[in-house]
Amino acid sequence: MMEFPLLSFLVWLPVAGGIALLVMDALGFPHVRPVALLVSIATFLLSLLLYTEFDFQTAAMQFQESVPWIAAINAHYHLGIDGISMPLILLTTFTTVLVVLAGWEVIQNKVSQYLAAFLIMEGLMNGVFAALDAVLFYVFWEAMLVPMFLIIGVWGGPRRVYATIKFFLYTFFGSVFMLVALIYMYLQSGSFGILDFHMLPLGMTEQLLIFIAFLLAFAVKVPMWPVHTWLPDAHVEAPTGGSVILAAIMLKIGGYGFLRFSLPITPDASLALDWVVILMSLVAVVYIGFVALVQEDMKKLIAYSSIAHMGFVTLGIFLVFTLMEKTGSIQGAGLGMEGGMVQMISHGFISGALFLCVGVLYDRLHSRQISDYGGVANSMPVFAGFMVLFALANSGLPGTSGFVGEFMVILASFKANIWFAILAATTLILGAAYSLWLVKRVIFGDITNDNVRQLEDINRREFAILASLAAVVLLFGIWPAPLVEIMHASVDNLLSHVIVSKLPAETGVALLGGGSP
Amino acid sequence: MENIYLAIPLAPLLGAIIAGLFGRQIGRAGAHTVTILGVGISFVLSLFVLKRIAIDGGEPFNGSVYTWLISDGLKFEIGFLIDNLTALMITVVTFVSLMVHIYTIGYMADDDHNWPSHSKAGAPSSYQRFFSFIALFTFSMLMLVMSNNFLQLFFGWEAVGLVSYLLIGFWYTRPTAIYANLKAFLVNRVGDFGFLLGIGAIYAFFNSMDYATVFAAAPAMVGTTIEVFAGTEWQLLTVICIFLFIGAMGKSAQVPLHVWLPDSMEGPTPISALIHAATMVTAGIFMVARMSPLFELSTTALVFVMVIGAITALFMGFLGIVQNDIKRVVAYSTLSQLGYMTVALGVSAYAAGIFHLMTHAFFKALLFLGAGSVIIAMHHDQDIRNMGGLRRYMPITWITSLVGSLALIGTPFFAGFYSKDTIIEAVHHSQLPGAGLVYWMVLAGVFVTALYSFRMYFLVFHGTPRMDDHIREHLRETPWVVTVPLILLAIPSVLSGYLIDPVVFGDYFAGVLHVDPANDVLTGIGEHYHGPVSFVLHALGGPAIYLAIAGVVTAWYVYMKNPAIAGDVQQRFRGIYKLLVNKYYADDFNDAVFAGGARGVGRLLWRIGDVLIIDGLVVNGSARVVGWVASVVRHVQTGYLYHYAFSMIIGLLLLLFWFVYMGAGA
Repeated sequence: MMEFPLLSFLVWLPVAGGIALLVMDALGFPHVRPVALLVSIATFLLSLLLYTEFDFQTAAMQFQESVPWIAAINAHYHLGIDGISMPLILLTTFTTVLVVLAGWEVIQNKVSQYLAAFLIMEGLMNGVFAALDAVLFYVFWEAMLVPMFLIIGVWGGPRRVYATIKFFLYTFFGSVFMLVALIYMYLQSGSFGILDFHMLPLGMTEQLLIFIAFLLAFAVKVPMWPVHTWLPDAHVEAPTGGSVILAAIMLKIGGYGFLRFSLPITPDASLALDWVVILMSLVAVVYIGFVALVQEDMKKLIAYSSIAHMGFVTLGIFLVFTLMEKTGSIQGAGLGMEGGMVQMISHGFISGALFLCVGVLYDRLHSRQISDYGGVANSMPVFAGFMVLFALANSGLPGTSGFVGEFMVILASFKANIWFAILAATTLILGAAYSLWLVKRVIFGDITNDNVRQLEDINRREFAILASLAAVVLLFGIWPAPLVEIMHASVDNLLSHVIVSKLPAETGVALLGGGSP
Repeated sequence: MENIYLAIPLAPLLGAIIAGLFGRQIGRAGAHTVTILGVGISFVLSLFVLKRIAIDGGEPFNGSVYTWLISDGLKFEIGFLIDNLTALMITVVTFVSLMVHIYTIGYMADDDHNWPSHSKAGAPSSYQRFFSFIALFTFSMLMLVMSNNFLQLFFGWEAVGLVSYLLIGFWYTRPTAIYANLKAFLVNRVGDFGFLLGIGAIYAFFNSMDYATVFAAAPAMVGTTIEVFAGTEWQLLTVICIFLFIGAMGKSAQVPLHVWLPDSMEGPTPISALIHAATMVTAGIFMVARMSPLFELSTTALVFVMVIGAITALFMGFLGIVQNDIKRVVAYSTLSQLGYMTVALGVSAYAAGIFHLMTHAFFKALLFLGAGSVIIAMHHDQDIRNMGGLRRYMPITWITSLVGSLALIGTPFFAGFYSKDTIIEAVHHSQLPGAGLVYWMVLAGVFVTALYSFRMYFLVFHGTPRMDDHIREHLRETPWVVTVPLILLAIPSVLSGYLIDPVVFGDYFAGVLHVDPANDVLTGIGEHYHGPVSFVLHALGGPAIYLAIAGVVTAWYVYMKNPAIAGDVQQRFRGIYKLLVNKYYADDFNDAVFAGGARGVGRLLWRIGDVLIIDGLVVNGSARVVGWVASVVRHVQTGYLYHYAFSMIIGLLLLLFWFVYMGAGA
């Protein structure tokens, strides 16, 4: 008898819930919303067990389940989590509850399908974070896109077809290369186990090719400059819930991919090409910061700001090699990597909250244009308080979670190279400029048109959603220790792994010479 | 004891939370009672701490409150350092804050008039919100000055900036207010950019966030260089100090990051007094003094500090002469005085800088609150050209404002005299390169200070009343909640000067402020110091006192005796006048180059980079092909795409499930 298969439940419970909703719809059962909410809350509560039962001391995979799956290719149904994936699963289950609530009134068309799509997607995303078998990972990775396509394609805005196709093209383009890389490694090792890939010795050329394949897949997901242009379009066309999931969770899968695949599987190629990632990250922070400043559509502005913030994730993750080369020790690399991971979680809350805020306004006025608003605080004072808070969090104000990750990454990057820090720190100015200029034009000022005058302030449901996000944003801003604590063991383990070369000793270029075969 | 330290910042925070979240429930009286209670407790406890540490000679406290996070073996903590400097700062902050809280009851009493009737943010809750914000500010400022590490310093630093942002834009239906608050926040962020990099450098080379650890290790870092540009070796400590000082330039409004402070006058007057005169803007001064063990190791940084301070002290003073808005005159005066404090820091007279910070907090808060009292009486007309003769109607405001002005210009036996004259003397004795020129600049500043101060004083309180009849009929002294704080602030505006003995020339700051013996100017001055009266007599031998008198006389002659001269001078020196009225064109320059430039760069990157190159050429080229394919496919499955996709994915999942159980069974 296995232990209680918690991870399987987290994957399959929402999926089953989603299917149940579809069945209910077919049978004409009207109360699909409470059912969806119940399922999402149950999943969230279950996921809390991951935290309470988590062993903080070990870097080993926990809550593992493994059964042979496709014997012909030696694929396993293998799930497990460590300190890198666990917070992301909690983020997923938490956000899904809010998204189910957010669509409560505004979605009137095909409600059960809408809710089913989100629940199924929740399960699949949990699967992506928990999968330890490459085939399983790939199945979840691709399957997850289907509900997202549907959400944008069915419940999206007027240009949804263009946006969906762009989204599809981009991600498909990236993931095909990843599939090839995974199959290649299977052929080399005879296993699809991701942990086996970590131990697989690879030559430099192979590593470089695999690294680039992964980079294409994950850079599109994050998204990193210059493969980011699908994101603003997808966000603009997506319904609020879709934007929230997209920004809060889907982007994180890219960052997660670098941590789970690129770094441990191809450490020598990462060392050789880390400058590419760092360059792309810094360009994201500065270039995208400027671009965000001039957006006239609220969702586009927040989408661009997401790209800039995700630049800190990839920057923090890839600092280890520069640090090692410059100072001869990995001191500081943990700070950068944990900073990047904190940034992922925090960005999930903050960008999700901002998209929800835009949703609140869009539900009322059916416009996302900044110029259609102005003086919203006069008619919606409570809402204005929340939006100002989240905009300030977005600009990295200390005391909010938005500060923590950026602060850690900037400190670590100063140690690596002062120019990394100088460029990254421009977010202090640019982030404040686009966030607060948005607030000035939308929230503050006197009322300039009658539509704004007639706006109703947020109701209890909307209040509950925004208040719970505000609570976590403040909690992790004031006391991030519990969040970072989860990551220590896994990050230390990963860092000690990536500085060891996988190449044969005589040709080794890596930092600590030839590693274990 | 730790609980007392903890209660000092938390009492105002609690008040802020209650007034902010439950303002509607507890009403106006509830909101001001709970915040005043919070700040009052904090003030009483601060006095207790001051007595215990500074007077009874209790041991300084340096300890952690909680661990914010641990990463990479580095502990980030929230903790307190309570020594003589902290004790002085918390006392000043809580005292001025308490006065401002009480004053606000009167000033904001009819705040409903400031809001359009359709605004739901106004009438029922704005009063409570204001109290919540100023109490929150007090909390933030206390956390800043009580910190024992760089993380919390940055926390407080940004938090006071946040509250300043919220309060400058308090009347956010006014376009000028929300322009000013955004500007203030962004200019401060430019400073914080440097400040954060300074903290980054400290982390990179000291591997610690604790003051004590960093200060202890700093002397060993002399000679360490850092390569910022390829091929240039810079002294690490110079780089760190200048980065940190850039932060101070933002917060303490030093040229060229001064531009936000005059505009911040858009906020209600109580916060101009509390935040933009007495406390927050002095955070930069406090920070540099706190960092004296670092700054003392870099002469380059000290010269930089001194020069920036001198430029601010003199050239911002000039601008005060041409302003007609009563608050803006005081605002430029604040800029100029902050310049004096900065000069003091530059010549290593940290104690004099902090001493001037303290006296200035009292008399400048007094001047602002006095101006606010005038504004109330004038029905919110702030133009001094419309005032005149107010001394007959508002005797308390008149006398207290006179006391504040006399203190500001450095009249003997008033507080400002002792603090400012010490700074001028210190510059005189300084051996830093450039100190000679700076000495003349700060001296010239004395004349300018007296001129603008008494120009305003005469135009407001003396001469013939120039307001319209309606306002004149209603002119009367403001209520006691306004005048009592004025009186209570007037007292230390005179008496706090006599603290010069222990604070500047005594050993009050021994072991707290670090001064390299080679830079030490105050000890030399102190040897000639024999009490406050002899200090005055000694000053009679120097030029400062006569310059102040000349300034007052000039103001009297030009604006009272022979007003035609003012217009005449204005005509004759049109070019200079235009330059001053336009504030050296700094705002125009920033708007065009930085604000306009950033938007231009953004548009360029967006239209050319994103839209034209990435999307236009790369993405949509391929998308068109696929789009064509997709449109064909859509015709086959019109309208049922989502059904189709759902069944596909469900099929896939069932397959997966089936395999699992088959596999498990096998």
